[in-house]
Order: sequence, then structure tokens, then C-alpha cells
Amino acid sequence: MSDSTPQDQQNQLNFGFAEMFKGGVIMDVVTADQARIAEAAGATAVMALERVPADIRVDGGVARMSDPKMIKEIIAAVTIPVMAKVRIGHIVEAQILQALGVDFIDESEVLTPADEQFHILKTDFKVPFVCGAKNLGEALRRVGEGASMIRTKGEAGTGNVVEAVRHARTVLGEIRAIQARPTEELMTVARDLQAPYELVRYVHQHGKLPVVNFAAGGVATPADAALMMVLGLDGVFVGSGIFKSDNPERRAQAIVKAVTHFQNADVLAEISEDLGAPMTGINIDDLIPAERLASRGW
Amino acid sequence: MAGKSSRIGVLALQGAFREHRRILESLGAAVTEVRLPADLAELDGLVLPGGESTTMARLLTVYALWQPIRAFHAAGGAIWGTCAGAILLAREVRGAPPQFGGKQESLGLLDAVVQRNAFGRQINSFAAALPVAGLDAAFPAVFIRAPAFTAPGPQVNTLATWEGQAVMLSQGHVLATAFHPELSSDPRVHALFLKMAVETKSEIA
Repeated sequence: MSDSTPQDQQNQLNFGFAEMFKGGVIMDVVTADQARIAEAAGATAVMALERVPADIRVDGGVARMSDPKMIKEIIAAVTIPVMAKVRIGHIVEAQILQALGVDFIDESEVLTPADEQFHILKTDFKVPFVCGAKNLGEALRRVGEGASMIRTKGEAGTGNVVEAVRHARTVLGEIRAIQARPTEELMTVARDLQAPYELVRYVHQHGKLPVVNFAAGGVATPADAALMMVLGLDGVFVGSGIFKSDNPERRAQAIVKAVTHFQNADVLAEISEDLGAPMTGINIDDLIPAERLASRGW
Repeated sequence: MAGKSSRIGVLALQGAFREHRRILESLGAAVTEVRLPADLAELDGLVLPGGESTTMARLLTVYALWQPIRAFHAAGGAIWGTCAGAILLAREVRGAPPQFGGKQESLGLLDAVVQRNAFGRQINSFAAALPVAGLDAAFPAVFIRAPAFTAPGPQVNTLATWEGQAVMLSQGHVLATAFHPELSSDPRVHALFLKMAVETKSEIA
């Protein structure tokens, strides 16, 4: 460890922390009570926010970082790690969350972006970051800025998993395509992906991202969660899918089990039974382009 | 060669089970992922990985794994817990979620009290060159929202301390580390555990 830099050590701590969430479910919560339900259901972390994505869609307007008072209440209510969201590029919101002792920051397209060109330089922070990505170039740009975890963007608040599947298939397919390229072609690959060359080399060598890769956006059922694991992701974020359904406690417990037993269809059949109605959902084709969240980020 | 013939299970409910698997396999062990009680059959050792102890405790209840793991230990199986896994081993857990009345079920195979998040939240996580009894050079230990141990019973050996807090203990064929050897590239603690698993097996045989 003697020849490693402080940044290497910070990466080891933050990347390692992200590894601990693997095979787990991170749940959006808007109150301390919901956080307790999520923890009791077996969530590996909670994401504290004022409105779940489905309500952000309905309410419209500018969506921002949550009230620090609410975040503090949630931190006090549970012992699992607490995450919270900042607007893309909003350096000061991130500084505030770090000062509050939040364990992970989501630089999220679900909130209204604060910067139309630049994301936060995450290596300026001690607290780790998760960022969304639709494709490999976007994922590697975020890792290059210091993100410790990548998630699909999906189309949050729709209850429709198709977009998360598209992003997962794209990232994993592009990883396989890079692995098939000879080493001397990687600089051109990096140019085409608009991604850092060293990270493209990492993907070529290891066949995976340098950080964990989670599913998010539109996960509404245990089968949706298991599908994302089958595709090769490391874990799942669930937002509106739980607290917009008929029986949040049972659904949350079932989704946690589905992520552990995604390879066991007998267990999945058993836990998918009689969960009550899922969230209603929105057909993504019905969204006018301005309402699509996944296209935010650059 | 230690570990040549060891069959080791890694509890794979959630957390860093793949990292353990990779290092154990690099040392020659045959590794099984344990998700249901039947997966414990024929194993010499079991690793409880890092992750979230409340999540793992809940899933241990849901899949009725508590008693099978205690029975595995009683039958001579070696068990090693890292971070969240070490919390699951202890006699008593402090700092459990308030809504559970501050209580958290544990296996009770290690005669010590474990304090969750003893060093603070994620911004207080750290890496350190840790002197460990039985290793000739310091171990590159990664502490992430790490627990620490207090009140060890007379049969417990303290193998490492950091800032006055016990962070690595053993008791018979149970090993507990508050840090994450699976996140560093140093396989010495994994080798130590494989040796423990093999020795326990030969004592029983």
C-alpha cells in the first residue's frame, strides 16, 4: 500500500463499500417510517428523497435535493447506509449532503439538472457517488470523474422495466464488443465511445466495469428485479415500484428475496404470489420527449 | 498444501461473496455459494461475507439458515465472518436498528460483544497497515463502516486491535475480522482460515 496515492486509497474504500451492496436492493423512501419498512424488509440501503419519481412526474416543476431535516430524520431512523440525490452538476448540493454524513450520493437525472454540460468532479469528495448511464461511454465518463457505482437510468417512475433492460443490454453488449477487439484498436474505441483510454483498457482486460453496476428505473415486480440480475447486473434500485403499490411491505420483502434467488424459478414463483396490485405504470411510448428522464446527462 | 482439498461455502445471500470466492479459489479451495440450508452439506468451512448485517440476518430467518449454520459449527465446520459476517457471529450486537428495539439476532458462536459502525459512517471509513498476530508483516486492512469487538470471553484470542479496539478475534474454529481481507489483494488471512478449516477437519477425523 506504500506506493498508492491518497486517491487510490479513497477509491479502494469507496469501490469496496459499493461492493457490499451487491445482490441487494436499495429502496427509495420519503419518510423515516418508510425507511424503517425498507430496513425491516431487508434493503441494503435507502435513498432519501422528498418525492419518489412517479410523484416528481405528476407534480412537475423543478426537483431538487431533499430538505436536510428529512435526511437527518432518515439517518436517525435506520442503521443501514443512507443515500440521497443531487441534481446533475450541483456541486454545492453534494457538499451539503457530505456534510450531513450521507453515505452515498446519487448524481441523478431524476432531479432537474443544474448543469447542462458538466457533471460533478467526484474525486473532490470523500463520500462515494453513484451515477446513471445508458451506455458504456457514459458509464466510463462517470467512473473517470470518480463515480464508485454505476446504475442504469431506466425510465424512473414509470413501472416499465424496458428502458432499464435496454441500458443494461447496451452496456454489457459494448463490454463484450470491446473484449473482442485487439489491443491496438483500443485508442480508437476510446475515441468513439468518448471514454477515458485507461478505463477502456480496464474493460478490455477484465470484461467488466471497474465499479459495481446496478439496475434502476421501472423495476416494479420481483420478476423485474430478477430479470435485471439474470442480465448480469450486481443489484437493484427500486423507487416508485414499492411505495406506489398496494402492499409495500410484502412487495419490498419479495423483491429482496428475488435478487438473492434470481436463479431459482421455484423460489421466484413462490414469492411472486399474491402481492396485491403493483404500481399502475406508464407506457414509455406515451411520454412526450420532454418528460423522459433517461435522456438527461451528457 | 493448505486448502488443496478444502471445500468452503460462502454465504451468498448478499454482499461481497464473489470476492471471497475468487481469493479462496486462487488458494486451491473448492467453493460453493450457500443460499439455502441444503447448500451446507459436505463443507469444511463457511465464510460469512461483508454486506449489510440487517439484510443478511433477515434473509437467514426467511430461509431458516440460523440453526443449520449453528449445527454446521457444532459438527466441526470452521466459520469466518468479515465485517457484517462478523456481526452475525457475535454473542451480542450493539447498535442494531432502533425499530428492532436495538436488538439483532446473531449466531452466538463468538463469545464477544460487537459494536456496529464502531468507527463511524462511510466518510470515516479507512485503510490501515494492521499488525496481526501470526502474520510476519502488517496486513493491508480495509475498514468500511466497520464494527469492533468488546468484552471477549476467556476462550477468545484477540489477533489484532486498531486504536484500542479489537478488530480480529478467534475462538476455536471461529474467526472474525472487522475489516475486509477480500477487498485487498493479500491472501494471507484467507490462507489462515483454510488452515483452520483443514486442522479442524483433521482433529475430528
